[in-house]
This record gives sequence, C-alpha cells and structure tokens, in this order.
Amino acid sequence: MATTVVHGVPATAAPPQTRVYRGIWSWVTTVDHKRIGVLYGVTAFAFFLIGGLEALLIRTQLAVPNNTLIHPDLYNQLFTMHGTTMIFLVVMPLSVAFFNIVVPLQIGARDVAFPRLNALSYWIFVTGGIFLNLGWLLGASPNAGWFSYANLTERAYNPGPGQDFWALGLLVLGTASMAGAFNFAVTIINMRAPGMSLMRMPVFTWMTFVTSFLIIFAFPIITVALIELTFDRHFGTNFFNAAAGVDGDSLLWWHMFWLFGHPEVYILILPAMGIVSEVLPVFSRKPLFGYAVVVYSGIAIGFVSFGVWVHHMFTTGLGPVANAVFLTTTMAVAVPTGVKIFNWIATLWGGSIRLTTAMLYAIAFVSMFTIGGLSGVSHAVVPSDWQQHGTYYIVAHFHYVLFGGAIMGLFAGIYYWWPKVTGRLLDEKLGKLQFWVMLIGFNVTFGPMHFLGMDGMPRRVFTYPEGMGWDLWNMVASIGAYLMAFGVLLFIHNAAVSLRRGQPAGGDPWDGRTLEWSIPSPPPAYNFATIPVVHGRDAWWLMKHPHRAEREGTTDTDRVDLQVAGRHVGVVETPDDPSRESPAAYEDAHSLGIHLPDGSWFPVITAFGLTFFAAGLIFGMWLSGIGLLMMVFGAYAWCYEPING
Amino acid sequence: MEHAVATAHAAEHEHRTSTGLDNRKLVMWAFLASDCLFFGSFISAYMIYRGRSPSGPCPHECVLNGVHYDGVFNIPYTSVSAFVLLMSSLTMVLALAAIQRGNHRGLRIWLLATALLGSVFVGGQYFEFTTFYQKGLSLSSNLFGTTFFVLTGFHGAHVTVGIIMLLSLLLTSLLGRLPASDSLTVELTGLYWHFVDVVWIVIFTVVYLLPM
Repeated sequence: MATTVVHGVPATAAPPQTRVYRGIWSWVTTVDHKRIGVLYGVTAFAFFLIGGLEALLIRTQLAVPNNTLIHPDLYNQLFTMHGTTMIFLVVMPLSVAFFNIVVPLQIGARDVAFPRLNALSYWIFVTGGIFLNLGWLLGASPNAGWFSYANLTERAYNPGPGQDFWALGLLVLGTASMAGAFNFAVTIINMRAPGMSLMRMPVFTWMTFVTSFLIIFAFPIITVALIELTFDRHFGTNFFNAAAGVDGDSLLWWHMFWLFGHPEVYILILPAMGIVSEVLPVFSRKPLFGYAVVVYSGIAIGFVSFGVWVHHMFTTGLGPVANAVFLTTTMAVAVPTGVKIFNWIATLWGGSIRLTTAMLYAIAFVSMFTIGGLSGVSHAVVPSDWQQHGTYYIVAHFHYVLFGGAIMGLFAGIYYWWPKVTGRLLDEKLGKLQFWVMLIGFNVTFGPMHFLGMDGMPRRVFTYPEGMGWDLWNMVASIGAYLMAFGVLLFIHNAAVSLRRGQPAGGDPWDGRTLEWSIPSPPPAYNFATIPVVHGRDAWWLMKHPHRAEREGTTDTDRVDLQVAGRHVGVVETPDDPSRESPAAYEDAHSLGIHLPDGSWFPVITAFGLTFFAAGLIFGMWLSGIGLLMMVFGAYAWCYEPING
Repeated sequence: MEHAVATAHAAEHEHRTSTGLDNRKLVMWAFLASDCLFFGSFISAYMIYRGRSPSGPCPHECVLNGVHYDGVFNIPYTSVSAFVLLMSSLTMVLALAAIQRGNHRGLRIWLLATALLGSVFVGGQYFEFTTFYQKGLSLSSNLFGTTFFVLTGFHGAHVTVGIIMLLSLLLTSLLGRLPASDSLTVELTGLYWHFVDVVWIVIFTVVYLLPM
C-alpha cells in the first residue's frame, strides 16, 4: 500500500473491487470503452471478411458472360447480404469502434457516460449480426436487396424466412446503434474535460456528435418501417400491400426506407470525414484549415441529409414538382461537402507533409470521395438520373463514396490509432504496399463500372449475354476485386506482425495534437491519472508548446472558470499527467484513488435476451419467451446492481 | 501532484458534468426526442392511408362502393379515457413533489394512483379494441384497421411499460431502497410518463377528432 501513501490518498478512499473477472470473462463483462472499442473493431473486421467473400463470389460469377457458377437465387442472397453486411455490420460498427476508443480520450474523460449501456450496444450488435447471418445455415438468406423494396418483401412474393432474418436482424441491430448514439451524444455533451468547450473539440469528436444525432433521429423511422414489414409478414396487416381491394402503397416503404436511408449514408461517411480531419493536420504539421467551417459543414450535412431522400425515387413517378424540389436539395447537400474538401486541400497546402500510410489513406479518401461525390451530383439531375437509375453507374458511384470514402477513411483511422490501442506501430513499408494494392485494386474494380453503367448494364443481374460490350470491363472489375482481397490479406499480415513484434509506439508516435496522444499507449484503464485542463483547440499541441497558448492570450484561470458551469473545481495543475512522465505512475486505478466501474454480466444477458426475443418469430415463440425472461431479468438486475464507482 | 490527484478524486465524487445536468436526464430527453420520430412515423402512415380504405369499417359513418358502414369510434368514451390518462400526469407530478420533500408515504400513494389511472386507460383501450374487433375491424380488414391498431397498440405498449416502471418504483420504495436523494429516478419516470400522455393528445386529436 506504499503507493497509496505516496499519493496522499487514504486506502479507504476507494472501496475494494468486489468482482474481478480475468481472462476471457474480463472481456465478456468489460465496461471499459477501450476494450469495447477493440471488440467492436475485431468483430466488424470479421464481418468485413464475410462481406468481402460475398463480393468476391459476386465478381467471380460476373467475370465472364453466361456464367452458371452461382444460382440466380443464391446470387440475390449474396448481393443482399453483401450490402446489408457492409453497411450495418462493417462500416457502422467500425466507426463505432473509433467512437469508443477515441472520443473519451479526445475529450479528456475516463469513460463514456453509460459504460454498461456501451457494453449492451456491443453485445446486441454481435448477437444481432450473427442472427442476421443465420440464414446462410438454413439456405435462406434475405434476397430482396439491402433496401428490400415492397412488394418484393411481402409474404405472398417472398414466403421464406430469409426476409424475416433481414427485418428482425435490422430491428435488433438498430437498438444497438441507438443505444450507442444516446451514449455518445450524452458523453460528448456532458463528459468533456474542463476547458474543452464545444468549439475546441477535435473534429472527429464533432462528427461523432453529429452522427449520433443522425442515428437518434433516423433509426426510429427504419424501426417503424421494419415493424410494419414484420406485421405485414406475420400478423396480416396491409402496410405495403398494393393488391387490388386493399389499396396499400408500396411507395410508403420507399419513402420510409430512404427517409432513413439517406441520413444513413451520412452516418456512414461523417465518421470517416472526422478521421480524415484528424489525420491530415497531424501529417501536414498545420492546424486544420477553417476548423469552424468544417464543423458547421458537418452540422449542415446532417440537417440537409433529412431532406434529399426522394433522389432515390426519381423514377417512381412522383411528378415534376417533387423531383425539382429534391433535385435542388440534393445539389445543396453537395455544397457543405465541397466546402470540406476544399478545407482538407487547404490544410495540406504549404504544410510539411509526411506521407505515412495513414496520411496516404486520408489523401485517398479526399480524392476518391470527390470522384464519388461528383458522380453523385450527376444523378441529382433528374433526366440524367433516369438514364443511370438501376445501372452499374450507380454501383460505381456508391462504392466510390462508401469504399473510396468510408473504408479508405477508416483504414486511415486504423493506421493512425493502431499504435494508441496496441502500443505498437504497424509496419510502414508493408502499410504503404497495402495502401497501393488497395487503391489500385479499388479503382480497377469500380472505375470500369462507370463505363458498364453508361453502356446500359443493369444492377442485380446474375449474368449477362455475350456481345453486349460488357465482357472486357466485367473481367477487369473482377481482377480488381481479387487485387483488393490481396490487399486485405496484406493488412491482416501487417496486423499480426505488429502485434507480435511491432516497434513500441510510445505515447505520441505521430507528434499529435489531440489529448489521446498525451497518455501512454495502450492507455491505462483510467485513461487520465489527472483530468487535463484544456486551453484551446489542439489541446495536446498547446500543452507541448505552451508559448503558443500565451501568444493566443489564454490563461489557466479563465479557462477553468469558463467551463464548469459556475462550479468551482479547485486548482488543477496540468498539463503534467504523472502517468505520462514515469512508468511508476502506471499504477492501477485503485492505488490512484480512481473509481472504475466493475464488469457486469447484465448487458450480455439482456443483449442475448433481445436477440432471442426477435429470433422467436422465426424459430418458435418459446424462444421469444426465453428471450423476454432474459431481458426482464437482465434489466432488473442491471437497475439494482450496486455500481462501484 | 498529491493535490491534483486529490482534486480529481473529489471531482469524481461530485459527479461533475460539463453542463451541470445529470447524464441520465440528458439521455432520457434524447430518447424522448427519438421516440417522437417513432410515433411520428406511425402517425404519418395513418395520415397517408386516411380515407383510402376501399372497404369498411370506417372510423366515422361512411359509404364505400355503395355499402354503408357505421363508424366504430365512440368519441365520448375515448374522451373519458383520454381524460383519465391526462389526470395521471397530475398524480405523477404529485409523486415527484412528494419524494422531493422526503414524503415517502405521499410518494407511494401518488405512484400507485398514477399506475392505477394508467391501468384504467390501458383497460379502456383493451375494451375499445374488443368492441372494434366485434364490429369487423381487424389488423387485416382494411388500411384503417392496419394503421389504427398498430399506432394505438404501440402507444398502449408504451403506457404499459410506464405502468411497470411505476410499480417497480413503488416496490423499490416499499423495500426502503428509494431514498429522497434518488428523486431523479422518479423524475425520469415522470418525464417518460408525461411524454406518453402528450403523444396520446396528438393521437386522440389526429385519429379521433379530426373530421374526414
């Protein structure tokens, strides 16, 4: 107990840890945001491999005309599950992995606002993801596309359980996303370190904030649409049944789906934009150009994203007025996006640029996303859209924004924050090789799809006849897909090498600007031995270069009083975090007198209960009953669980 | 450094937040904002399909394709149950006021009253659903049945969850595990309860009162 005496904290200050789990159980019961982030990342990457395998099968089938390798029905299941997996089980949870790992560190917090809710999000995500994929085992995966247009999904036309896996799986996954969004919205509003005002928050935190609100407002809409679909399929309602004598409207589904679906697009891209806004300044050794404009643009994108959904429906005959209005709003959403792109370019301008792998991926994000954005603007124009709708041109467009954009941005984040999470660097030589393989493979795959679409090749066809002029570019695209698969294998190799014998990273390998680099890598469980006081944007940079803070006319005292809503918190002497200075400070939270919440079983139990409850509609009501009991038990035990810290 | 650690430690006990508001209160508001979109979507579906059913039964008296249908709605009946639900917001406020003054007996009485009023509402809804069903309105009878039952059914489910929360609070209080310092838990339940009431005002107006 000597250390306790050194810190002048009586041993009784921290109540003894009552439940300590070790080994695998420590991961199952963990409520530590960093561990949950790692779980999110690893699980999402596993789904990335599954979704990638589905893509490879699709490209193998399409490599040559008149191919009979894959049965048309299986092909429908493959493209449906590829889209659904990549959106809900890969890009979203990979972004959430970064929310978890990075946001509390960037705002100087010890954890998120609701650690157990955070664990619940993860366990619902993983059980829901597995449930969604169970259709493969039964040979009945969903097959109506990731948008699952009515009437294709009504029981009369789609009797198998595949569509139920889709609707119920997404309902389950939606609760995980919402729980996460509530948690991060409150964390960012309420858990900021003293002095971390909103306009001092790192842009990644800002984009997490905007994304959380998009989820909070967009997911209820898809939740209702999925409930209505499930009721149509199981309880005889007629929400999307357009049969004569019923007179429902299948377009109701389209409206609800895209009213959710277009904000969802920004839920996928805003976190990547946030990552890039962190990476570019660090490796240009310049502050982000036009910080405030980047933040406001992100907020503007969030608002406008709710007013553009009809551009997915220009061919459904809503009439010239609706089309013209949504043409205009869709053009408008390109403005804040374009503004951001110019800000990123201006950040690079005149900087002292270090072309690390993370930086290469960030630059690739900006350039590939610009290409995808421009083709996007081209189908904001209604007559042009009528030509492109349902062709491979659209497939090219959304892969340029979602792979060239989101995935490239997420890879930038992986290379950038990997040393913070693992304490070891990824190999830069291998990384750069992997980057070029991915970038070339990506363009070889999706570039030719612009031509295919312009030449009239429709989406969602399992094969095509010879002599349509599509043979060459299909073959090229398939070769590109295998190149990308090789790139993913290279990354796995790089990761394995790094974990085994990667170079130790130290706390701040990139000479960073934000608070996560002010603590050791990997961070101790409590993150910050002393909660830092923030003196300006790029908080850690100002701590490393205090003369800059003076030049900006900031003093410690006014910053402290400014932040704490009129409440005095005493004099906190920073920026000297003891844990950074000496390994001796790498003590456990207990001896530093810091309360950390114990692990808990109840999030896991509640999550399994929820998934069982939903799955019961397919496997039998007995399972729903068990699920309900588990949920009720989990929720009550949760509420009455004594919280230590 | 001793000083710094001690300060951090003290701050931990204060549960200091950036806004001064409790995390749980913020998350409840965020959840209710989200729930607005949830009910908004169901109400939109109802409004879009309003008057578009090719056959009856109808909410109010109607003639469709030459067939006459009596309306299913009984406005005075539903007005009474709506009034009962609104009164439960009053008792909820009294429950919160009681625990904030440390009056545990008052808390228990008003919690029980709120739960009872809520139960009367849900019971009334059950009776209403049964009556409508006997008049030929079901989930699959027409678009009106589809949108009406699912919208009001999910509202009833929300009220039921609220009743369970109220009774759980009551039990917790009877076990002596709801001290006055925990009044926030009652307040949050109250926020949820009032929200469900407000949603019913919207549903009652839009679904029952708005003329065709």
